[in-house]
Amino acid sequence: MLKILKYSFMDLMRSRWSYVYFFFYLVLGFVLFFLNSDVTKAVITLMNVIIVLTPLIGTIFGVMYFYSSREFTELLLAQPLKRKTIFAGQYLGVSLSLSMSLVVGVGIPFVIYGIFGSAAIWDFSTLLLVGAFLTFIFVALSFNLALAFKDRIKGFGFSILMWLFMAVIYDGLFLLSMMIFDDYPLDKLALGATLFNPIDLSRILILLKLDISALLGYTGAVFKNFFGTGLGLLLSLIMLSVWVLIPGALMLRQAEKKDF
Amino acid sequence: MIEVRKLNKSYGPVDVLKGIDITFDRGEITAILGPNGSGKTTLIKSILGMVIPNSGEILLDEQNVLGSWRYRDKISYVPQIANFPGNLKVAELIRMIRDIRPGAMNHEKLIDLLKLQPFLDKKLVALSGGTRQKVNLVLAFMFDAPLIVLDEPTAGLDPVALILLKQMIAGEKAKGKTILITTHIMNLVEEIADKVVFLLDGLIYFHGTVAELREKTGEGNLEKAIAAILRDSYA
Repeated sequence: MLKILKYSFMDLMRSRWSYVYFFFYLVLGFVLFFLNSDVTKAVITLMNVIIVLTPLIGTIFGVMYFYSSREFTELLLAQPLKRKTIFAGQYLGVSLSLSMSLVVGVGIPFVIYGIFGSAAIWDFSTLLLVGAFLTFIFVALSFNLALAFKDRIKGFGFSILMWLFMAVIYDGLFLLSMMIFDDYPLDKLALGATLFNPIDLSRILILLKLDISALLGYTGAVFKNFFGTGLGLLLSLIMLSVWVLIPGALMLRQAEKKDF
Repeated sequence: MIEVRKLNKSYGPVDVLKGIDITFDRGEITAILGPNGSGKTTLIKSILGMVIPNSGEILLDEQNVLGSWRYRDKISYVPQIANFPGNLKVAELIRMIRDIRPGAMNHEKLIDLLKLQPFLDKKLVALSGGTRQKVNLVLAFMFDAPLIVLDEPTAGLDPVALILLKQMIAGEKAKGKTILITTHIMNLVEEIADKVVFLLDGLIYFHGTVAELREKTGEGNLEKAIAAILRDSYA
């Protein structure tokens, strides 16, 4: 598996898009510091970007890589390799290379502007960790969709729709239900709803860590009241891991049954 | 060598293979023929484990291979369409496959034979179809596997390369290898094949030697013999 991982990783590392992604974060980091030199504020702005953008990039890259490496996959399938090995290797290759673009791209400006000396170092690390989690989650989800649809257009369409649902529509529906069922206690529902959306979950995790109540929003506040900061952090981390493991396992299971 | 028992495969509502029973013997070259969509590639991909059959068994040296993967070490496969990861150079691709699957030995000889040296530093996207097919052949023939499966290996090859391919196949046969080949070029079949399998609508219409096929259809020429079968089946 490590060999497949290595080659997928190297293949992506040479692609132009990895560099575009990397430079985007690099520029973003520098611009943030150019606009305000406060590290904590930069972390918050960065959070808003990372939480929407890493899922989108993970989704698009995941689908794109899967379809464009189809021939490579077929070449590998004819070799004495387990299917699980091939797909797990490719999945990790894509996820790791994207995570690396994120960590290195954002890391460089923050290191230059003195993140190591700052109190925000843990907040910043949490942010990068969450960004990596989101990348792993959405690459796994998009691999699932790409495996399910042979037609690229459909695969792309549904992947983008999935991202849009998680990033935008889910919150909208949630707010709508809050307004409609205003008279009922919705705390439990709000908690449940948060756990089922990795983007919301990530936002809350970071805000808990940053300890900014004003930005927590309704779900975040409920979350904090219910679990407290420590348990809340732990629980959201566990849920994010579950969000990686379940789509990952489903992806491997689907790959086992697929005809190439 | 390989035994296929009651193999069924359908893609959705389309039954591609309808109970294929066939044995390929060691040291023989078998040409798998049939019109487009008759199930040739599906049969080959089932043997390779790339397509998962609905029912049936495939035995390689008396071992059931469905669902396992180690047996693929005994197979060299030349796929129908030679498309590779475009970012890689030819030399890198060959090195990568050698790294993933140990045991390759005569790649240098094959590169010489197929005159691929000038292309080693070129990216795979920049190659012509025929050159890619040559790379494809190197990737398959560099392993010393007892079973060689070629799916339309002649696509895009120039006459010189075609002659080389025939020599390579003959050389492998002389080593006692089992070779399966699908093609639409009847001259090639007449020249190299020991046996012919004719698939029609997911069933085996004929399995025997080229001479037997001629006899059965009453046509002296193989191309006409095949055409005669098709005419009958369409009628």
